[in-house]
Amino acid sequence: MTRYFTQDHEWIDVDGTSGVVGITDYAQSQLGDITYVDLPAAGTAVKKGDAPCVVDSVKAASDVYSPVSGTITAANDALGDAPETVNTDPEEGGWLFRIDLSDVSELGGLMDQAAYDAYVAEL
Amino acid sequence: MRYLPLTPDDRGEMLAVIGAGTIDDLFVDVPAEARLSGPVPGLPLRQTEMAVERHFSNLARKNKAASDHPFFLGAGAYKHHVPASVDHLIQRGEFLTAYTPYQAEASQGTLQVLFEFQTQVARLFGCDVANASMYDGSTACWEAIGMAGRVTRRKKAVLSGGLHPHYVSVAKTMARFTGDTLDTATPELGGTDMDRLLGAIDAETSCVVVQYPDVLGRIEDLSPLAAACQAAGALLIAVVTEPVALGAIKSPGEMGADIVVGEGQSLGVGLQFGGPYVGLFATRDKYVRQMPGRLCGETVDATGKRGYVLTLSTREQHIRREKATSNICTNSGLCALAFSIHMTLLGGRGLRDLAALNHARAVQVADRLTAIPGVTLVNDSFFNEFTVMLPKPARAVVHELAAKGVLGGVSLGRLYPGDAALENGLVVAVTEVVSDGDIAALEAALKEVLA
Amino acid sequence: MNAPNTAGWRPEMGEGHIAHDETFTGNRALMLEERLIFEIGDTSTTGVDIDPAPAAASRLGGLARAEAIGLPGLSEPETVRHYTRLSRQNYGIDLGFFPLGSCTMKHNPRLNEAVARMKGFKDVHPLQPRETVQGALAVIDELAYWLVTLTGMDSVAMSPKAGAHGELCGILAIKAALEARGEDRKVILVPESAHGTNPATAAFAGFSVENIPATEAGRVDLAALKARLGPDVAGVMITNPNTCGLFEPDLKAISDAVHAAGGYVYCDGANFNAIVGKVRPGDLGVDAMHINLHKTFSTPHGGGGPGSGPVVLSAALSPFAPLPYVKREADGSLRLVEEETAAEDQPDSFGRMVAFHGQMGMFTRALAYILSHGADGLQQVAEDAVLNANYVLRSLEGVLDAPFGHSGPCMHEALFTDDGFAEGFSTLDVAKGLIDEGFHPMTVYFPLVVHGAMLVEPTETESKAALDQFIGALRSVALRAKRGDPALKTAPHFAPRRRLDETLAARKPVLAWKGDRGE
Repeated sequence: MTRYFTQDHEWIDVDGTSGVVGITDYAQSQLGDITYVDLPAAGTAVKKGDAPCVVDSVKAASDVYSPVSGTITAANDALGDAPETVNTDPEEGGWLFRIDLSDVSELGGLMDQAAYDAYVAEL
Repeated sequence: MRYLPLTPDDRGEMLAVIGAGTIDDLFVDVPAEARLSGPVPGLPLRQTEMAVERHFSNLARKNKAASDHPFFLGAGAYKHHVPASVDHLIQRGEFLTAYTPYQAEASQGTLQVLFEFQTQVARLFGCDVANASMYDGSTACWEAIGMAGRVTRRKKAVLSGGLHPHYVSVAKTMARFTGDTLDTATPELGGTDMDRLLGAIDAETSCVVVQYPDVLGRIEDLSPLAAACQAAGALLIAVVTEPVALGAIKSPGEMGADIVVGEGQSLGVGLQFGGPYVGLFATRDKYVRQMPGRLCGETVDATGKRGYVLTLSTREQHIRREKATSNICTNSGLCALAFSIHMTLLGGRGLRDLAALNHARAVQVADRLTAIPGVTLVNDSFFNEFTVMLPKPARAVVHELAAKGVLGGVSLGRLYPGDAALENGLVVAVTEVVSDGDIAALEAALKEVLA
Repeated sequence: MNAPNTAGWRPEMGEGHIAHDETFTGNRALMLEERLIFEIGDTSTTGVDIDPAPAAASRLGGLARAEAIGLPGLSEPETVRHYTRLSRQNYGIDLGFFPLGSCTMKHNPRLNEAVARMKGFKDVHPLQPRETVQGALAVIDELAYWLVTLTGMDSVAMSPKAGAHGELCGILAIKAALEARGEDRKVILVPESAHGTNPATAAFAGFSVENIPATEAGRVDLAALKARLGPDVAGVMITNPNTCGLFEPDLKAISDAVHAAGGYVYCDGANFNAIVGKVRPGDLGVDAMHINLHKTFSTPHGGGGPGSGPVVLSAALSPFAPLPYVKREADGSLRLVEEETAAEDQPDSFGRMVAFHGQMGMFTRALAYILSHGADGLQQVAEDAVLNANYVLRSLEGVLDAPFGHSGPCMHEALFTDDGFAEGFSTLDVAKGLIDEGFHPMTVYFPLVVHGAMLVEPTETESKAALDQFIGALRSVALRAKRGDPALKTAPHFAPRRRLDETLAARKPVLAWKGDRGE
């Protein structure tokens, strides 16, 4: 399993053609207290850069962009009752959705952990 | 000018602080060709309070006020007695001159009122949750159709022929721009169009919109329609233009409506020639994130005391911008306050008593009018409003009644101009303000006009 | 000027210090706690005496309500007390200076309330025969004349219920005009600093929204706008004066360019108060502009509405105006043009936006205000509003960052930012500190184009003494934010509630009282 990052502060863990997507610790720290997560339905087809998911804080609603194209296979329904998990555990328990990748080559444009850390350090 | 506190000396001192020579130096960004050198031409100059008051008194006298005449108009706006304390309380400056309660710590009064209002509306409609109000019933109705589209991801709405024609018009205007399809009809007199509605629901239907009581005053069990909507994955939207009715008849929520919207003008607000009114909007808990409009919610302050804030704002335009659930930016706060105070004065018991009185009065009037030769009743069941067919076009009759000092109802010719099947219909509303003398006056005048 | 208040409670004093403030009731002298009607009322109580219903056989068609309604009632004295107590937990213009930028919280004259309550206006049904409502129609007609003349436009649509609704009216008129030309232009250009309603409205009408950048001086970048114009652009939505409180000096040039490219100019008139009687938007090439009667023309904000948003239209858009409107007949009488005669009177109308005819109760109030001022008084309104705002700007720019202070005078409102505050201190803290000082805060975090925005709109109905007191208070609070006074982080201390937990409210929404339904 390999973890990749986007410039919009999503992460994706990829194992073969299946991926798990969330937002990074940096992203949650910028958003503040997460109050609600609008999760996508399983079966939704998305293209890279689509926004199948929205993360709300009190004063903002932020789109979460899919790092890759594919089909949503599951969403983290536990966030319905506990959206704060995205704040407390953004890169593990606060995952947002699972996706079946349709084009693995899209991962080539994403960053690895070191590159992302360097990117955030510049912000 | 009595509303402007700055004195010439103040203005001079302030210009000095600013470092400007004249007021016009502050308008330097306005291109010279667009700057007016004096007052806008063609308009009168300032007037005293007394002069303005006199002008309005003269204009007001040209209107026939409902309270000065036997009065039987309804069709979406109803005359009820509003207790004097309602108007007194809404004129308290802390309510009247407050802004939207974004700064919660300085707005707990408005916020608690909204929380109470939301609860009152939800309970009256038989729903889980209501918002802090919309502009009026007609815009709330369209917003409900839009919301049903978001919930179901479908674009076809089926509207009952019994829905107020202005509400239908508003929906048609909006649907033309959003690409929604509306299946509409004019009222049938032989019965409601329940069969048409049931037959029109299909896999593309986002919602069915039905008015209760309908524009002719008819009431009908919505349960079968709710079941049919649910089976097809569509939402049932019920529109209530006379909330007092719900003191006497089942709530739409109880019969399975998914969204209940309404016009709250009946309670506390008054006729006001059509506005401002107050739109009511309620739905199920599970749809709250798709609901338009402001919402007030309970929370606690830093010391743990209960308090209220505007909440779930991420649905709204000031945050969500082009992805908002609606572009609506305000509610009808002061009218919602008036509604809520009136409802608090009534309570459930008072609402039931008031509704019972309205209904009994309406039954009396229906019996009296249908005893006039040639006058027949369209609907056998109704709350405080019913439709009669006259032996001639009702529109002219309404004008003739008005000439006799009786405001006798709303003609279907006014609501559905050009529809020959409806032109003899007269919609008559009877509330608690109608006296025995008023009934006798209507009866006598109608007899004369029809003779 | 005024030293910061050091007399109040501070976090370092701990909770023990306030023990002597605690009372049996939870009240604090004139600050009275009030429970919900659901907790103090019951469903068998009513505060209205109702005549018994005469005997009549029910015709409810078997639908009589059996289920409990669950609505508590209160007697009249309890009702009066409940709402009076709640009112005292609110701030209002009647109580003090209300500097909300972009909201134009001016004095609400009581003459307006008196005329709106004349029974010939408040007690008239919207569907009465027209010969019985000539006075009401005359009010609409007279107000329409004023609005058209003050703005130098061709016509006005009176029915929109509020500013955002008026915006929708203007955008639908543009859409209808394009349709009539057989053009399917998809893009509306909106400045970055625009209020959220602008993109929300454009999106509703099926337009896609593109942002136009601003210049260093906080104005629309004319060159960038011109570069974007083309056959896909339906129009622009521009707020003037803009949301930074600045006049758009290029508006005429913008209009000319947009018109040359086949588009229309929507002007958001939220800030018309700054220029009323001084500048006619029609002279600047505007095609549509809504006027918030509750801002410029003093109808009460009412704790969040009702508003009223008539829309003035250019000759190009007038044919598409919504129904109904008031028309004067040859005999001098007035009538409403509705669906019935639309084909003849207004064949290109885009249709009806509301049931009935608009916010009559706001029309009477606004017209009373307008007639009181007259053309000369309205000009003075704009001048004093702009003078007051510039006085605030120049009096505070030494202590607060004024991002556009260098670019010349502001119009009706002064914009500041949080630049220079101590680490961890924000605009929100200043707002809450102002509540303790007895002021409603200014608009915060809007516009979005500057960091930690504070937008102060004093309006013309504030005296110099009121401004001086506010300036002193804001200076004091700003200095505390710059110094990093920890007590400011927990303000307000003296309001009916301390800082409220908005996160909790949004995470676990409680939107209605869930207690016993009674009966």
